[in-house]
Amino acid sequence: MNDLKQLAQNLMELDDQMVACMKCGMCQAVCPVFAETMQEADVTRGKIALLEKLAHEMVRDADQVNEKLNRCLLCGSCAANCPSGVKIMDIFMKARVIVTTYKGLSQTKKMIFKGLLTRPKLFNFLTEMSAKFQGPFTKVADQASGASSCAMLNPLIGERTFMPLAKRPFRKDYPQLDTPRGTSGLKVAFYPGCVVDKMFPQVGHAAIKILEYHGVGIFLPKAQACCGIPTLASGDSDTFVDLMKQNVKAFENGTFDYLVTPCATCTATIHETWIKMIDTEDAVFKDKVQAIADKTMDINAFLVDVVGVKAPSELSKGGKVVTYHDPCHLSKSLGVTAQPRALLKSNQSYEFKEMNEANRCCGCGGSFNLYHYDLSKKIGERKAENVRDAGADVAATGCPACMMQLSDMLAQSGGGVEVKHVLEIYADSIK
Amino acid sequence: MSNAKLAKEFEKIVGAGGVMHEEADLHAYSYDSAVLDPQVPALVIKPSNTEQLGPITKLCNDNGLPLTVRGAGTNLSGGTIPHPGGVVLLTNGLNKILEINEEDLYAVVEPGVVTAQFAAKVAQRGLFYPPDPGSQAVSTLGGNVAENAGGLRGLKYGVTKDYVMGMDFYDVNGDLIKSGSRTVKCVTGYNLSGLMVASEGTLGVFSNIILKLVPPPKASKAMMAVFDDVQKASETVAAIIANHIVPCTLEFLDNATIRYVEDYTKAGLPTDAEAILLIEVDGHPAEVIDDAEKVVNICNKIGAIAVQAAETAEEREALWTARRNALPALARAKPTTVLEDATVPRSQIPAMMAGLKKIAEKYKLDIGTFGHAGDGNLHPTILCDNRNKEEFHRVEEAVNEIFDVALSLKGTLSGEHGIGMAKSKWMEKETSRATLDYSLRMKKAIDPKGILNPGKIIGG
Repeated sequence: MNDLKQLAQNLMELDDQMVACMKCGMCQAVCPVFAETMQEADVTRGKIALLEKLAHEMVRDADQVNEKLNRCLLCGSCAANCPSGVKIMDIFMKARVIVTTYKGLSQTKKMIFKGLLTRPKLFNFLTEMSAKFQGPFTKVADQASGASSCAMLNPLIGERTFMPLAKRPFRKDYPQLDTPRGTSGLKVAFYPGCVVDKMFPQVGHAAIKILEYHGVGIFLPKAQACCGIPTLASGDSDTFVDLMKQNVKAFENGTFDYLVTPCATCTATIHETWIKMIDTEDAVFKDKVQAIADKTMDINAFLVDVVGVKAPSELSKGGKVVTYHDPCHLSKSLGVTAQPRALLKSNQSYEFKEMNEANRCCGCGGSFNLYHYDLSKKIGERKAENVRDAGADVAATGCPACMMQLSDMLAQSGGGVEVKHVLEIYADSIK
Repeated sequence: MSNAKLAKEFEKIVGAGGVMHEEADLHAYSYDSAVLDPQVPALVIKPSNTEQLGPITKLCNDNGLPLTVRGAGTNLSGGTIPHPGGVVLLTNGLNKILEINEEDLYAVVEPGVVTAQFAAKVAQRGLFYPPDPGSQAVSTLGGNVAENAGGLRGLKYGVTKDYVMGMDFYDVNGDLIKSGSRTVKCVTGYNLSGLMVASEGTLGVFSNIILKLVPPPKASKAMMAVFDDVQKASETVAAIIANHIVPCTLEFLDNATIRYVEDYTKAGLPTDAEAILLIEVDGHPAEVIDDAEKVVNICNKIGAIAVQAAETAEEREALWTARRNALPALARAKPTTVLEDATVPRSQIPAMMAGLKKIAEKYKLDIGTFGHAGDGNLHPTILCDNRNKEEFHRVEEAVNEIFDVALSLKGTLSGEHGIGMAKSKWMEKETSRATLDYSLRMKKAIDPKGILNPGKIIGG
């Protein structure tokens, strides 16, 4: 499609949803991007106004609107704070699909999404190879957070630091699992997600240790694929549906009570977003997706609300100060805030201290971090400052993408603060 | 001069990053919170300091460029909708609190300071800035002054005008004008500050504003009175005032508003009630106890089903959060919410409520009503879809009639939202031809070319 009229017509499909935005401007109070730029096109009501104008052909430069549309972390802060209940995330996701269909996907994204993500075996192979050869090129920038830098890539990545690929991905140790229900009488499907698998395998190991400790059976099918959110956020709904199908196929033959993930973004995507992107005529597939979505739960919430965990209390008290950053997908999309804190507090060898603005976005936003690093960094610096103001030795969170951003921001602001997943800290408290 | 050349001229003042001229940016500043047609400016200028305001204003005047100053764009009367082909001047980057004087109880601020952030800052210093418009989380103090914004505490503490001690502003020639002072008493010359408050950007561009602060009340008590009859609720409002009790807040919500607000806030509002009053009394602890008791008695005497007091700070905050979200929550009902703020003397609230009911029936419209009943400032909100031309025509007719009823009760077109573009055509009806001519002569003398926010208040 390359017809502006057609683009406008397609956007008109969102008109009923967009018209619910009364332009009250309350989104300005919570949008992390607007807080940095204070420009109307960077806040939700501005984006919706532009999409409406494109739909009504009052604005004809689709590229400019697309650029503004993409200056968004998709953190959902505005949706959570919208008194009018505008389904902002649905509008933005669908608008990205419509505009990308009009403009076409870039060659790079086409290669990564269609050539790599939809072929998990190839994806795994290439990342494993990259992990083997990255050593000579990367240098540890901050021992505590584990962030590295790469002088060779400096012209491309600037001063940013990054998490290197793990030497041994999680799935290498656990290609598949199917253990029976234990003392808990429960069994879960475990979905580690790409970032845990390839960058933070220790989080996956912690999850397995915790589940086994609490007598929870684990179903880990062989052929899991990416949850698809990077593709959808880029407007590539075809690949998103392809990945969803691969995952449904992988999990549909297992018997489990819940599907749990240690990744806030994967949880929200599977629980909320998958079902919205299905062709409604395919009732059988829709039922399968709905069944998985209904069972999907954040692992912190599963442990606290379903298993009812209580860590042993024989650990010595005090020690390192740990603070918690609320990932947007957990706090704003799924309402999971108390459970990760409960797990952190159960490890008495840490002292828990709440930071200011704990539920403010860290600025990662997936590919937002790649395309708008200047903004991402400014937002992240505020988060790093809040972590440091809390006097934390450890910044814990429940999303591996946030872990990447926290590591970069804390490394660049002087280092010395460890970045951990809640599961790692909870796992430390059990034998 | 072409837009490109003008952009270059503005860049000389504010730098390249301070001038926006791409189509998407211009359209992003073509609207505000009012239900009015957008108008696209030629340029958007974002100054980085207040010294740049004079040269910007002068450049606009020299080139006959209509100039609309914009803070957060949250006004509900179209005051920040630009003139087509004009310039939008953004003040939200001019957000320094220049001084908070605890001894003399005032603060000096730049116009782009966000209201709630300012109130929180002075509260940290043990002081109180009472004006609290519903949009305070995002609205700017400059915008509040330009619109003479009100809020929930207007009944006892007054509105923005009651807190403006003075200001510096740029006239249309780019000259800095000083008005008022840091003293409580100041009768030097014309009260230019008084003229500037509610002038909606038609007479000058604020550079900084001196705001009065007060000590915070020592105690307060919030209550919710529940009614099964709208008239009883409105009679209660009149009775409380008639008994010479002045709560700091006395708010009214009708059934439609209660239901939609509760759906969003989950504050525990009684969704089957026909109306509720949210009442807060404050002051000396003994006075608060006494006033609260009297209020409860009056509510019960007139026929409230229940009167519940907020026992904790959380319960109190839940009530006010619910009230502050009344308008946006009503927007859940229908795509378009046409909000009016026709205001009547407090004793006329029952008559106004009866009039609104008749109008809703006559035009077959869903009207949710809430507002600052204690100061007579009601917000009848018509729930509709402005894409439905026939329905919207009925809405326009109903709005006409709402103003007619308010004026017939010796009320006013606007209690706090301003006139903007939305109500300028009724100005003569409320005032007089002579009054409007007087205003036009004043405007002409101050701004001969008519570049300062043209089309607002007095039309033209």
